[in-house]
Amino acid sequence: MKFTKILTSTVFLLGSFAAIGNTILNVSYDPTREFYREYNQLFAQHWRAQGHTAPTVRQSHGGSGSQARSVIDGLDADVVTLALAYDVDALRVRANLIPQDWQSRLPLNSSPYTSTIVLLVRKGNPKNIQDWDDLVRDDVQVITPNPKTSGGARWNYLAAWGYALKKYGSEEKAYQFVEKIFRNVPVLDPAARGATNTFVQRRIGDVFIAWENEAFLSVEQLGQGQFEIVVPSVSILAEPPVTVVDRNVDRKGTRAVAEAYLEYLYSDEAQHLAAKHFYRPGRPEIAKQYLDKFPKVNLFGIDDVFGGWDKAQNDHFNDGGYFDRILEAISRR
Amino acid sequence: MIRESKMRTAALKPVIPGFGLTMGFSVLYLSLLLIIPVAGLILFTLQMSWEDFWRAVSHPQVVASYKLSFLASFIGASINAVFGTLVAWVLVRYSFPGKRIIDGLVDLPFALPTAVAGIALVTLYAGTGWVGQYFEPFGIRIAYSQIGVVIALTYIGLPFVVRTVQPVLADFEKELEEASAALGANRLTTIRRVIFPAILPALLTGYALAFARAVGEYGSVIFISGNLPYKTEITPLLIVAKAEQYDYHGAAAIGVVMLGAAFILLLLINGLQWWASRRG
Repeated sequence: MKFTKILTSTVFLLGSFAAIGNTILNVSYDPTREFYREYNQLFAQHWRAQGHTAPTVRQSHGGSGSQARSVIDGLDADVVTLALAYDVDALRVRANLIPQDWQSRLPLNSSPYTSTIVLLVRKGNPKNIQDWDDLVRDDVQVITPNPKTSGGARWNYLAAWGYALKKYGSEEKAYQFVEKIFRNVPVLDPAARGATNTFVQRRIGDVFIAWENEAFLSVEQLGQGQFEIVVPSVSILAEPPVTVVDRNVDRKGTRAVAEAYLEYLYSDEAQHLAAKHFYRPGRPEIAKQYLDKFPKVNLFGIDDVFGGWDKAQNDHFNDGGYFDRILEAISRR
Repeated sequence: MIRESKMRTAALKPVIPGFGLTMGFSVLYLSLLLIIPVAGLILFTLQMSWEDFWRAVSHPQVVASYKLSFLASFIGASINAVFGTLVAWVLVRYSFPGKRIIDGLVDLPFALPTAVAGIALVTLYAGTGWVGQYFEPFGIRIAYSQIGVVIALTYIGLPFVVRTVQPVLADFEKELEEASAALGANRLTTIRRVIFPAILPALLTGYALAFARAVGEYGSVIFISGNLPYKTEITPLLIVAKAEQYDYHGAAAIGVVMLGAAFILLLLINGLQWWASRRG
């Protein structure tokens, strides 16, 4: 029974890996790849300096929603660092992996770094796009991914909605405003990375609604000198939250290192590192040092304007919500 | 008497032993990979009430996507039936330099990740692309339109018809053509009455495979279609969209409709094939 022997020894081997208790898996979303690669080294140094054995941090990246689903379906994440609280909260609602109060366990709504939604335009801003109002003009083509499939695109949509609500004062006006924007969308990619491709490589559209950190990346890496960032007068405060996955760390015995991993995100070093990777540092005293890099925007939070993610998801993106109404209206054109 | 009974057992016993083992393994193999997942999908939708199921599968946006998915797959498979047969004919009947390379290239759509194929196709056919730029002035958009969907579905189905028709043509005896000509048939009649009936069953198999593959395709299409709801959105993308908002039941319901429709269509094609091979 050689086979059985091999099988049992493999099981024991895997078991012993888990028992070491300082290998953790960070399940994150797409644009954080470079940031966490560097942060993992920083944290390893810090953790060793505290007298522990060197930790191994594995990373997994993908669309925020599908990453959350993988964890719900059993991916052994010790910590999750996703794009929106709605996806993290799904771990509680659907699988009871984290407690009710998960978002108040760490400072700043468990969001050590933040971002916002900006407008990316082509060099020289040929269509003279200055603010959200320019996106409803008939001669402007807008690129944004589909908010049904992309977590990032939900921020885009809500940023536009929040602006219109503030400026024009009613839900119905805000609805009309966002509908007009989506009439100008020629290609609706399922995910943010695909939409970036459409705008940057295919050169389709005049303006790309993007996360600020993604916009910086596009300007610096994808198309040197081909794009400009336009910061709108009002935008949304995007808070990508982090949490320990309680069920998993308790089973694997990795709680100590997993908690330290997230707490260290609030250290000076990590905050500066986040800024280097184009995220706005969450701590105000650090953020102050980057005012020239991240211009001041009039930011509103999702809780103030939309009453939290659950309500926003229900009103806007679930079946029969405002976004479905928009799609129907456009199809009848 | 003894000899007779011996003969009978010999006749009943298959030449190669191990029927029980291979049959058992086949059933297990098919169960794990095919039957249990499909049954699970169907059982999962049974948890829904009939009204919920109907609402999920009959929404106008979903219906628009069925039309696109099945029609584009049908067109793609038909294009492949014509040109795939042509390619198979050329590869079997003629020898020319680089034939082996072309023969190998036919399988490329199997090996290449579909996302790569989608990106390559859109680069070629977008308004700024090598091919797309010549159509743009005439107001014809290939990428980000229904035409783009058809092109992607044609691409991924290409090997099926070629690979099913090719061996039949290779086995086809040239003497039959000569006999047909000697009996006074002209070229068209020879093709129509001699060659075509011989390859028809294989052609239908290839057609069915190409069609089935196209209906389920996701990776390459989402890059080239533009994914506009009601216009260029394929059904598999809608299933992903449902799953993304944790509406697993809605996603499964649409999946069951796709499964049922594909099954009926494949059954029809198989019936056609059975009829064709019996006639031949």
